[in-house]
Amino acid sequence: MVIGNAVNFSIYSRYATSCTLVLFHNREEKPFIEIPFFKEFRLGNVFSMMVFDLDYENIEYGYRMDGPFIPEEGHRFDKTKILLDPYAKLIAGRDVWGKQPNWDSLYQYRARVVFDDFDWEDDLPLETPVNDLIVYEMHVRNFTCGQAANVKHPGTFAGIVEKIPYLLELGVNCVELMPVHEFDEFENSRISPVDGRQLYNLWGYSNVGFFAPKAAYASTGRFGMQVDELKNLVKRLHANGIEVILDVVFNHTAEGNERGPYISYRGIDNKTYYMLTPDGYYFNFSGCGNTLNCNNPNVRDMIVENLRYWVTDYHIDGFRFDLAAILGRDQNGNPMSNPPLLESLAHDPVLGKTKLIAEAWDAGGLYQVGSFPSWGRWAEWNGKFRDSMRRFLKSDEQVLADVKERIIGSPDLYASQKRGIKASVNFITAHDGFTLMDLVSYNSKHNEANGENNRDGENENNSWNCGWEGDCDDASINRLRHQQVKNAVTLLMVSQGIPMVLSGDEMGNSQQGNNNAYCQDNEIAWLDWNNLDKNADIFRYFKQMIKFRRMYKVLRYEDHLSHSDYRNFGYPDFSWHGVKAWKPECGYNNLTAAFMLNGQYVVSEASPEETPDDFIYVAMNMHWEMHGFELPMLPQGKTWHVFANTGMAAPEDIFEPGEEPVIDNQHEVLVGPRSIIVLVGKG
Amino acid sequence: MNTESYKLGEELDSFNYQEVQDGIMAILEKGCNAVLDMTECTYVSSTGLRVLLYTKKVAASKGLKLYLKGVGAEVQDIMSVTGFDSFFDYA
Repeated sequence: MVIGNAVNFSIYSRYATSCTLVLFHNREEKPFIEIPFFKEFRLGNVFSMMVFDLDYENIEYGYRMDGPFIPEEGHRFDKTKILLDPYAKLIAGRDVWGKQPNWDSLYQYRARVVFDDFDWEDDLPLETPVNDLIVYEMHVRNFTCGQAANVKHPGTFAGIVEKIPYLLELGVNCVELMPVHEFDEFENSRISPVDGRQLYNLWGYSNVGFFAPKAAYASTGRFGMQVDELKNLVKRLHANGIEVILDVVFNHTAEGNERGPYISYRGIDNKTYYMLTPDGYYFNFSGCGNTLNCNNPNVRDMIVENLRYWVTDYHIDGFRFDLAAILGRDQNGNPMSNPPLLESLAHDPVLGKTKLIAEAWDAGGLYQVGSFPSWGRWAEWNGKFRDSMRRFLKSDEQVLADVKERIIGSPDLYASQKRGIKASVNFITAHDGFTLMDLVSYNSKHNEANGENNRDGENENNSWNCGWEGDCDDASINRLRHQQVKNAVTLLMVSQGIPMVLSGDEMGNSQQGNNNAYCQDNEIAWLDWNNLDKNADIFRYFKQMIKFRRMYKVLRYEDHLSHSDYRNFGYPDFSWHGVKAWKPECGYNNLTAAFMLNGQYVVSEASPEETPDDFIYVAMNMHWEMHGFELPMLPQGKTWHVFANTGMAAPEDIFEPGEEPVIDNQHEVLVGPRSIIVLVGKG
Repeated sequence: MNTESYKLGEELDSFNYQEVQDGIMAILEKGCNAVLDMTECTYVSSTGLRVLLYTKKVAASKGLKLYLKGVGAEVQDIMSVTGFDSFFDYA
């Protein structure tokens, strides 16, 4: 912390016996001074000292900690190591992506001091109602490193700024950035035995520092200006109505298990920061070697302070917590019924309007979709939405009942706790697993290039290749794939809940069947922007479907629907139908269903200022035969118009929202094989 | 209104920021608009950018202008991606 011309250096350690501040000139291997914390600079378990007249822009600092090395008791102090401040706000050492570091250096990840004076002008977190969000999950490098991205600063925060017009055209109003905290792209870096390419830790789910942005994600990282560059990105996105959610990884750190490096926590207070077995080994609920001790009070405070910091200093709108089920485990690894960390976050005043989204499972087998402790504040990645919709898309006859729950906002999961539709983040694809185009192009994963003999990555993908594994020239197969992609995004956008789109799906991005491209810093994972032309019909379909959702409030309810006409409009708020109107039981092979939303119900007693929406009717046919669907009769003066029909070729597949053509036959629509039709009933 | 110019060297960073800030402030104190001639400048650190922002705000509070002149491509780029460029007028 900078105070006048002095810098305050403070660090907590419960078990350290002594501590030394180590100061370097920028990038120099040897420190220019080491200053022990004398007795008077230690209060309780905090070492603290002010150093005057430092040229703080040109110094890097670390700590040496002395204390017991008794692994079986959880202590691993080693005063030969120079340790990173867990609260470091700027970290040098990996400033330019992929640039080989000096592996002999004693101090690899080097803390720097930040003087915060970014001029936000009138910017604040946007506080978009959560049910209005359309989330775009993206990766800083993958988004703009690829062919034809056509940006000046590929793979950086600045590169995303250059693509804001594209995001606006697509229509999303929230980007969810895969980890942007400092990590080491060289962690577990290796040469692929398959194609000889360098493999990196591309995704970054392995924190070096929780408070610092990834330097190499900034075009100005080499100048140490990543803080300003990321803040500028947030400010520019906000100015365009786009929120920013960060994917945060509090379940483990980059220090790995007992064979891993000393970066920070292990050497500062191993027993405080990590969950340890009774004999001092690391619990591995994360699948990454160690588990952060999140419900230790001091670690809990660090996480709360961290999130507050990102909200107050970076104006971040929300967080998605990776493997969040771990955050509900006690210090021995057992799941708790009221985890203090999750409760603290749910009730934190500063985070009071911040979106909190849990990936409600972990690698230790805890699966909490529908039961994640929420206090009415936490939303969840709805993994069941993904699984059911994927099975429905491939014409699985056992899943219709579940699909219907997902379409109405998963009341089976979220109604009983009164969490509402807003608890459900719906998605069909995410960074883990196939892209949408690969979901309809591959039956099996093809991860050989990852160099793990295709053992890594999910095996249960519920995917279907439409008749050929991978790329093919068969026009009918490719046509079906496009149709299935459109079916998927239709299901996503007409379902109640918060839709999340995986970046690149809107242009039919493929990873050549790799469903775990965490290490592929190359064209496998990078978006190929040539796809915008190649798959122009898919992009157009996504764009219009997103626009449609944003136009109709009836698709974005916050709370679950009653399925009754409790206000005597003549039609219930929501109704299921079959191939016969009002008869949901009428269908074929459990592969057909239809529903209708009554737009009059968006006007409630609580919001009388709303204007009524139109009626929306959706007929889904995942059967391989065409079927006729009898249409419900509309109130007098209204007629059915067609907005989307995935069975039609572009441009007849989707229309400009608000300009949908009226259909000739007002009594029945024919829905082609594996097709979805969306109608609008209006006057 | 009079305008005076202040010429920067090759860099503006924590080594010389105070001198530069004092120089620009002296011009503003005289009630003159200031032109910061950056023709020879190839690097501006975050401390340097702060000097520009600070003196620009001081100028505005006095009803004066701070103009930047001869901003090179690389410096312009740093200012652009960190969001500083929009605050300035260019001579």
